[in-house]
Amino acid sequence: MLPGIAAFGLITGVAMVASGIPPAAAMLMSVLVFAGASMVASAQLLASGTPALLVVFTTLFINLRFMMYSASLRLHFARLPLRWRLLFAYLLADNVYGLTLMYAENRPEAAKRDFFLGAGGVVWIAWQLAVAAGIALGAGIPASWRLEFAAPLAFIAMTIPLLRDRAMVAAALAAGLAVLAGHALPLKLSIALAAFVGIGTGLLMEKKA
Amino acid sequence: MIWATIAGMALVTLLLRASFLVLPPGVETPALLRRALRYVPAAVLTAIWAPEVIVDNEQLPAGVVAIAVAWRWRVTFATIVAGLAALHLLTWLR
Repeated sequence: MLPGIAAFGLITGVAMVASGIPPAAAMLMSVLVFAGASMVASAQLLASGTPALLVVFTTLFINLRFMMYSASLRLHFARLPLRWRLLFAYLLADNVYGLTLMYAENRPEAAKRDFFLGAGGVVWIAWQLAVAAGIALGAGIPASWRLEFAAPLAFIAMTIPLLRDRAMVAAALAAGLAVLAGHALPLKLSIALAAFVGIGTGLLMEKKA
Repeated sequence: MIWATIAGMALVTLLLRASFLVLPPGVETPALLRRALRYVPAAVLTAIWAPEVIVDNEQLPAGVVAIAVAWRWRVTFATIVAGLAALHLLTWLR
């Protein structure tokens, strides 16, 4: 898993600097936002002169999945002190969520808490180092390597394991079609459209099943 | 302006991550909301990669290779390497 994080972090760093974000701002974004998909998308939007408010709006939709992780992890961590839950919220990343769910079944609260802290800490450090390396390399990577294609590949790797039932496959397919249909919409509004269409399709297919 | 953007992104992202975790114990999450949220990752992640993969004649087959590798092995790094290798092979072949 760590090589995947390293590769994706590196690409995120390169993408941010390549789109004209100053290195210090890119590193600050990585620490404060700590969500690669939204950082790559924002870099593209900022490079095309998108207003700040719309970049934040796109971030909201891309990172909407964290709300689902938050609701799911609540079942395990609701009784921890608030400061622990805030720290866990900050460290909550796709892979940390996935690992914790696998580990958490029938484990006591203290073990789950320690596991999340360990996994979250390791992923956080690996991610920040990879982004820093990407920022440092920046324009030094030749365009002919086509490294920018690694970002969608990383998202494919995250999506495919989610497709375990018919409703989930339908949600992904519908979202894919919606985003292509909405391709002409400005400012990545197609992602918001795809989110609604995907969720709606998933719920409908679930009822029929 | 970049600083305002970063602050806004950080705030929105932390609010989403904290949303349900910070609710006091005993508060019930509405069932429909929980069911709807299940589909968010698959829908949103697909919406991010689908346009990048379907744009041209080399990225599409490379994307298909990556999907096959992800399906079979479920390893992020292998998926990235296979997709990039396929992309370069296809470019080199034409």
